[in-house]
Amino acid sequence: MKRYQNLLLLIAVVVLGVAPLWLVDKQEAGPDGEEVAIFGGADDKAKGVISEIDPDYQPWFEPLIEPASGEIASMLFALQAALGAGFIGYYLGVARTREKMKRDAEGNEDAAGR
Amino acid sequence: MHIMEGFLPVKHAIGWGVAAAPFVAYGIYSVKKQIAANPEQRMLLGVAAAFSFVLSALKIPSVTGSCSHPTGTGLGALLFGPAAMAPVGAVVLLFQALLLAHGGLTTLGANIFSMAIVGPFAAYAVFKLARSLKASLAVSVFLAASLADLLTYVTTSVQLAMAFPDPLGGFMASFAKFAGIFAVTQIPLAISEGLLTVMIFNALARFNPKELQDMKLTDTAEVRA
Repeated sequence: MKRYQNLLLLIAVVVLGVAPLWLVDKQEAGPDGEEVAIFGGADDKAKGVISEIDPDYQPWFEPLIEPASGEIASMLFALQAALGAGFIGYYLGVARTREKMKRDAEGNEDAAGR
Repeated sequence: MHIMEGFLPVKHAIGWGVAAAPFVAYGIYSVKKQIAANPEQRMLLGVAAAFSFVLSALKIPSVTGSCSHPTGTGLGALLFGPAAMAPVGAVVLLFQALLLAHGGLTTLGANIFSMAIVGPFAAYAVFKLARSLKASLAVSVFLAASLADLLTYVTTSVQLAMAFPDPLGGFMASFAKFAGIFAVTQIPLAISEGLLTVMIFNALARFNPKELQDMKLTDTAEVRA
């Protein structure tokens, strides 16, 4: 069980992420014929609620730089994830090798001691 | 959980900034002290930051039909204490605010407060509580990380409800609306974050049993089991 724990956890994460794609029905197109987008960001939805509660509210500050397109934004997000994942992978590789070398060294000492 | 640039009234933006600043300052002090005492933990701090970097970049679909992302702050809070994650989370949020127009400079204080302060402190408290109730390490880590994630989004809902109370129902009606978007969407993602944190914890416990023992997170029996 312990041995397969991480594999089982990974499967559970994937299921949790993929299941909504089936569970959520695509909404009917509105009266104006425009399709209602699903799986947009929750942050954007909150923006909609703000303008519902307070229609007069005007954001008083604009982002300094905005990614020029959706493609560039997803590139930057991918870069963010890649940098993080790269570092974690490097660390685990170093830690694994270190542990293996330590174990080998201990094994040699035992052999020499006999 | 990112409140967008300009979407908090000036007073609220400044208020959350003032509230978050001492945590970030103390967090920097705390991290410096820990690294000075144990320089070999520097890499592990990098892992905690990297974990938050990865998880907060992953926008995952949820059952409500919108996408949101985990925060990844639970791991670092357990390894280095809750204060340490305030500056780490601040770096992640600053990166996203400056380069991705995700979140913003004026809302940075509020976003730091929810993701990098409330989340990590919740993770730490839940972990201690679960351990004192004799929950296993994996279960404690799972509960800590997932509740931290969920509470971050509840905090965002509180922040927005305070800034935009409903003209009829007031704060509570507003909170219900925002929590309906953020907290409900977040439930499956919070579970995912808990599971992912257990995974990385397993990996760290396997290859760095000594470090985790030094941090008093595990005892010998558990690592060997």
